Parts: sequence; C-alpha cells; structure tokens
Amino acid sequence: MLSLKSLLSGVLAALLLMASGLAVAVPEIQHWRAANDVPVYFIPARELPMVDAQILFSAGSVRDDGKPGLAQLTNALLEEGAGDWSADVIADRLDRVGARFSASSRRDSAVLSLRSLADPRYLQPAVETVARLLKEPTFAPDAVERVRQQMLTALQERAQSPGTIAQDAFFKALYGDHPYATPPEGTTASLNALTRADIQDFHRRHYTAANAVIAIVGDLDRSAAESLANALVSGLPKGEPIPPPPPVSPVPASQTIRIPHPSSQSHILIGQVGVSRADPDYYALYLGNHVLGGNGLVSQLSQEIREKRGLAYGAYSAFSPSRQAGPFLMNLQTRNDQVDTALQVAQTTLREFTAKGPESPVLEEARQNITGGFALDIAGNGKLVNYLGSIAFYGLPLDYLQNFIGVMNGISLDQVKSAWQRHIQPDRLITVIVGGPALTPSSAPGT
Amino acid sequence: MCRNRFVALACWLTVSPLVALAATPVHEFILDNGLKILVREDHRAPVVVSQVWYKVGSSYEPSGLTGISHLLEHLMFKGTPNVPGGEFSRLIAANGGDENAFTSHDYTAYFQTLEKERLELSFRLEADRMRHLLLKPEDVAKEAQVVAEERRLRTEDQPEALTQERFQAAAYITSPYRNPIIGWMQDIELIKPDDLRRWYQQWYAPNNATLVVVGDVDPAKVRELAEKHFGPLPTSELTPPRSAVEIPQKGERRITVKTPAEVPYVVLGYKAPTLKTAAEGWEPYALDVLDGVLDGGNSGRISRNLIRGSQVAAAAGTSYSTTSRLEELFTLAGNPAPGRTSAELEQALRAEVAKLREELISPEELARVVAQVTATDVYQQDSLFYQGMRLGTLETVGLGWNKLDDYVQRIQAVTPEQVREVARKYLTDDRLTVAMLDPLPLEGRRPAAPGAAMDHAVR
Repeated sequence: MLSLKSLLSGVLAALLLMASGLAVAVPEIQHWRAANDVPVYFIPARELPMVDAQILFSAGSVRDDGKPGLAQLTNALLEEGAGDWSADVIADRLDRVGARFSASSRRDSAVLSLRSLADPRYLQPAVETVARLLKEPTFAPDAVERVRQQMLTALQERAQSPGTIAQDAFFKALYGDHPYATPPEGTTASLNALTRADIQDFHRRHYTAANAVIAIVGDLDRSAAESLANALVSGLPKGEPIPPPPPVSPVPASQTIRIPHPSSQSHILIGQVGVSRADPDYYALYLGNHVLGGNGLVSQLSQEIREKRGLAYGAYSAFSPSRQAGPFLMNLQTRNDQVDTALQVAQTTLREFTAKGPESPVLEEARQNITGGFALDIAGNGKLVNYLGSIAFYGLPLDYLQNFIGVMNGISLDQVKSAWQRHIQPDRLITVIVGGPALTPSSAPGT
Repeated sequence: MCRNRFVALACWLTVSPLVALAATPVHEFILDNGLKILVREDHRAPVVVSQVWYKVGSSYEPSGLTGISHLLEHLMFKGTPNVPGGEFSRLIAANGGDENAFTSHDYTAYFQTLEKERLELSFRLEADRMRHLLLKPEDVAKEAQVVAEERRLRTEDQPEALTQERFQAAAYITSPYRNPIIGWMQDIELIKPDDLRRWYQQWYAPNNATLVVVGDVDPAKVRELAEKHFGPLPTSELTPPRSAVEIPQKGERRITVKTPAEVPYVVLGYKAPTLKTAAEGWEPYALDVLDGVLDGGNSGRISRNLIRGSQVAAAAGTSYSTTSRLEELFTLAGNPAPGRTSAELEQALRAEVAKLREELISPEELARVVAQVTATDVYQQDSLFYQGMRLGTLETVGLGWNKLDDYVQRIQAVTPEQVREVARKYLTDDRLTVAMLDPLPLEGRRPAAPGAAMDHAVR
C-alpha cells in the first residue's frame, strides 16, 4: 500500500543542494525518417538485451467526430484479428516470444507499445506481428461486438466510481462543444451506435504513415533500429496528414456542478483551461505548479489540505498540456461533511498563489526538485521511451532532454508569477463535486 | 494479473512473479547492531535507490490494533527531535529526490531515489527516524483522519475492493491475513499514541531491519556510510508474535457483499502454499506455472476461453504470491459480461480449475510460460526500484534475498504432471472461498434535473 507522505515548510537547510551544478549524462536522440517518411526517434541503450518501441498516431478521441468511443474501439480491435490471424493467433505469436504488447488511446493520441528481447529470434516475430495488425486489422463482426460489450461494462464501472463521474463532468463543462469534452471511453448510446463501417473508416484515415511517429529505446545499433522502424510501418498506406484539432475557448464564467453519489467521500475537481504543449508559458506554469500542487506532500495544496487539516489523503494539481490547451486541474477527496471546508481551503490556496506568486526560497526548492530529479526521470528504458514518444508526437526539439535543466534554471520568479496570472483566473473556475446525498434547493452550494 | 484493458478490475497488490536477476552480484554486510545491508550495483544511470525494510506489517498486529503498522508508517514522516515534522520530505524533495513508503501484510518499507552523490542524506534521515520518532498526540490524531480518508478512497467507496476485503476476512479464520493492511475503520480511529509508541519501540530497530541499496554506487563506500549513520543505533529485544497458523478449512465457504454498484464481481480463492510454507519445495513454482497457463498474457486460458471463447467474462484474472510469510490464497476473479451472471462466471472459472486437475497442460503452454518468465527476468532489470523490492521482500519474509536467484531454472524444471499435482492437491472445493458482489442500486447517482444540479455560485 503506497502512501505519500508529509512535509512542513521550514528553515532552508544550509547543507542543501547544488542541483543545477550536477552533470546529468543525457542521451542523444537519433532522428531520421523511415520508409514512408515516418519520423523515427531512437536512443540506443546497450546495457540490457531488450527493446522498447512505441508507434503513436494522431488517432485519439479528439478524432471521434461526434461518435464518442470510436477511436478507442478501433484501437482496441487491432489485436483482435489481422489478415488470416485470429485474436488467439496474435496472442500466441506475442506471448511465445515473451513480448509485451499494449494498445491504448486517449484524447490526442493512440499508442502501440512493444517490449521485446533484443535477440532477433524473439524481436523479429514480435515486430512482424505488430506490423500486420496495424496494416491489416480484420475488425471481424464478432470481435467488434465482444469488445463493444467490454467497453460497455467499463462504462458501468465508471458509473460506480465517484472519481470518474467527476472527471467526465469536469471535461464536459470545461470543453463544451470542443471534441476534448467527450469521454474517450464513449457513452452507452454512442457505443451502441458504432458500426463496423465506422471503425474501418476511422482506421483507414488515421492509421497511416502521414499520421505516425516512432520512438525506440534499446539494445540495437543504428541499422538494426532502422530495420525495425521500416518493418513496423512500411506496410502502412501513405494517407493524408490530419489537421490539428480546433483551438479551445476559455471558460466564460464560474460554474459549480454537484452530483449526488452513494459514497462516503466526495471527489472535488477544480480547474480551468490550461495550455497546449507548444505554449512557451508551459515551463513557467509547470514550475509554479510544482510549488502549488505538483510536488507531492511538499506542495502547498497538500500542506493546507492534508498536513495542516487532515482533510484528505491526496490533494494535487497539474497541467496536462495537449495538442490544444489541456486542463489545469486541482483534485482532492474528502468525507462528505467536510466538502465546504476543503473547497474553501483549495480555492483560497489557488487564489493566494495566483495573486502573490511563490516565495523565492520555496520556488528554488521546487526548481531543485525538478532539476535534481531529472536524472531519476530518465533512468531506465521504460521511462526514456515514454519521454521519447512525447517528443516525437508533439514534435518537440531533438535537444529537449539536453536543454530541460537549463530551461528550468532560466525561469525567473516574475516569469512564473506573470505566466500564472495570464493563464489562471481564480474567479472563473469549473468546480465539480461528486458524492453525498442529493441537496435540497435551500442547501444548494454557494461560497 | 488482470485481463480486459477497459475494466479496472481490482487486483490484489501483487506484482508479476518475483523473478531472478542474472545480473550483478549482491554484496551483503551485517553491522554489529544487526542491521543487514544488501547492495547491488547498477551503473546505467547516476542514480541510487535506498530502501529500509522492517520486519513488521499487518500480519503482526493483534486484534483491536489492526492498521497500526500502516498508521505508524504515516507518522514516520512527522518528525524527530533533530528533524522536525515534514522536514524529512522537504529535504528529500529539495535534493531532487523521490520518496515514499509502503506497508504490507509482512513488511513496512521506506524508500528514497536520489542522484547518487546524495545517498548520505537518505542514510542520515532514515537512521535518525529509526530510533528517535516523536509521535506527538496531535500528529497521531490528524494522521488517523488522513488514513480514514485513505480508507474511504481505496476501500469503502470501491465496490470491488470492499468485496475483496470481506472475501479475505471470510477465507481465513485464524490467520492474521484476514485483516486488511490499512486496518478496520474502528481500529484506525481508536489507536492511541501509547500503542504506536510501543509498536515503534518494539519493531523499529537495526536488528529488525534490512537496508537495500541499488544503483550507481561502490559497495565499500555504502558500507562505510551505513556504519557511520546506522552503526551507533541501539538494538531492541525482539519478541516475534506467536505464529498464527490458519486452521485447516473444512469445506467451501461463501459470502455475499451488498453495496451500491453497477457491475457484478466474483472472487474465488483456494488456500495455497508459499515458498515459506510449502511441503515440497517445487510446489510454489508449479503453482506459478499454473498461474501463467491461466492468465499469462492474452494467450492464457482465461482470455482465450472465458473472455474471447464463451464470452462469459468481461474481465477476469488470477493472483498468487509465492513470497508471502504465511499460507496464501490462489485467487481467480472477474466481472461477468453483460447478460451473463456471476454464477455463470463462477462455474466457468471452476471448470477451468477442474480441467487443470483432470488434464495435463500442453507442452506449448509450458513453453510459453517459460518464454515469458525468461523475458520478464530481463525486463525487470530495467527498474532499480524493482530490484530493491525483490531483495527486500525475500529477506524480510525470512526466505533470504537469494532465494529466487534460480527462479528461471526452477520454472524450467516444472513438469505438466507437477502442475496437475498441485491443482489436485490445493485447488479443491474444500479449500475454496467464494465472494460475490451483489450490486445495490446507485440511488441518487444521477442529478434529478439539470437545473437542480447546476449552480453558478462559487466566487
């Protein structure tokens, strides 16, 4: 049972850090285009005889086009049959070489991940399998029906969880008519309406070379990595590049949504439209958020909600930068009768942070956590390939990893404060509270 | 392991089987005060993981004090005379570190991940809180509230977790595994500072701990640093709890859990031996192979036969841990597919178990499990944390850190006959407990009318 722990702000201990002074050996990214022009990002890691590869497509739920759940259903069906291989054959081909494969789909991207031993006797069959299910998925009617039923069960599970009910309500309120508003998991009505033709059409338009990027980390030399990339995508049709999703409009006014649920705790989400991955303010906001609620129990939200008042087990905040502006979100859970207190503390903490900005020593400690911890973030092939996948998908610079610490060290307190004030308006927040009995009109919220 | 990518089927806290690492050797030292130190070098990145493992967990707790080990874990961050409350976490964070702690049935462990030059900070702070915790009453009161919120979050409001908790309580009569790690709510609220002080003084001592260090370090220097910080600490007189062996089960047991939910859920558990308790040394390995045959990847029998074949399950999976200190449960659990019932899913799971008792697994299935175990052995070396976790777990449950060094060979040596034998011996109806989640309506879940639930207040 993992449990995050505590922290009190205190005297800045003198023995502390020189985080920025430490040399972190950051691996160089090799970059080229595979057959079909697909961009490839590669970091050799020769210590362990294994390979991690990801293929990412702009094929997340933002492409659902009024049919929520379509991107996820299509993605899930890839391993359910390809060419003359049944789902059983595909599973056998991957498992008998000890490969780990997963397909997933969120709002922006669809990701296929493969982990394999580097020995070609194991790697090659695994890569051939993934290439074929990308290129020739069968979308057999019985598989479509079965996976649809699985997704419907998953929706029911979401409906029994106050946390996911809150998430869905928050995105709906935050994004209105934007495609980010709908749940990637779909709705009961939308899932039931999806047809095999919808799925085939979605696959044909999105799983193309023009819409793909590849990230590879592992025990390969350059030419072996080139062969791997080519083997994965050479069968894909060229396709058309897909335009970015529409920009996101800011929240016009504050809104509070209360949803009753037979739970002993209420889940509280408070947030706003944040920033896109390309927004230059992202780094300053990220650094500032590390002070507010992104640095575990050391952050102000945890201090105020958990450490000083014992109101919640976890209280966090985060920006989730996306192709277009992703959300800024604060999140906590508390016993139903403490909702008003917790809500007020969270709002006050955000308002004061936005108005005053962080104090200098606190900002420096947050910065040192980020820069001093960067070596940890990239230690391991599994961690590196996720970084590389994001760099590839969002087209971040090749020296992103090399520059990260320098960028973090270059942000001033004033930049944090002004970026925060440009992007966060504490008087225009979406607040969602799920839990407790239905309120009578006279006890409706109001702060 | 759990199958169905959409349904977050609640699983027990089990990782994939603990697997041997062929990699670098482990250096073992013991200080004069009894602290055992295990060091494994991994020079891939300039990083180190440091973990302190205590031989105490929920299975050591007497009734009325369930959850005391976990509550004490929380309070370990609340300060000593030298390091005020919260300072521990602040120092680690400001040095670019990651930290956390976890409690299990059999252990309580604390860890930091740091840039390698900062290992001493971790040792200094961990040595300090090993013997000098303050345990102020006001901190105890507040932290008990936090743990109560944690329990609401993880158990009370999670229908499947709640079912699992009641399932464990029903499966065991005398074993302390019947109690939840986090404790029963009434105990969490009533534990006194004096209870915690006694618990701390009894178990938190160098002669009841193992220090595990994995990363870009020199073992001799680690030893020197450990001597400096942990060496002066006094020992405790250890009085291990009287062994609480589970009495033999006399027939199948069943419970129903009624709680607001949407999706039915069924759990089946058979009493099964672990590496500590097995009559024959090979039995847990045969059970691990059996586990892989049922649920090792999408080609396992559960995915193939129950999710894809008969489509009786929307999600299903198994769970079994060979490294528990006491007798364990081999469990199968799942959600019936829409239109199918929990009873049908239970029958289908029992039919799969019956097949294992009656027929030999195929050579292809055995080869597939061996291939997966062999590959996993390599993949797990990618994580420093996992490497430390394995050493710490094995040492702390009393198996010795090198118990699974030959894991791959032991799995390779398992025969189809042995798999059938453990199925016949352990996966029998008289050793079985079944729990069913019976969903009550989620009344009041949906807002009555759009206007009533929406409000443009907050200012």
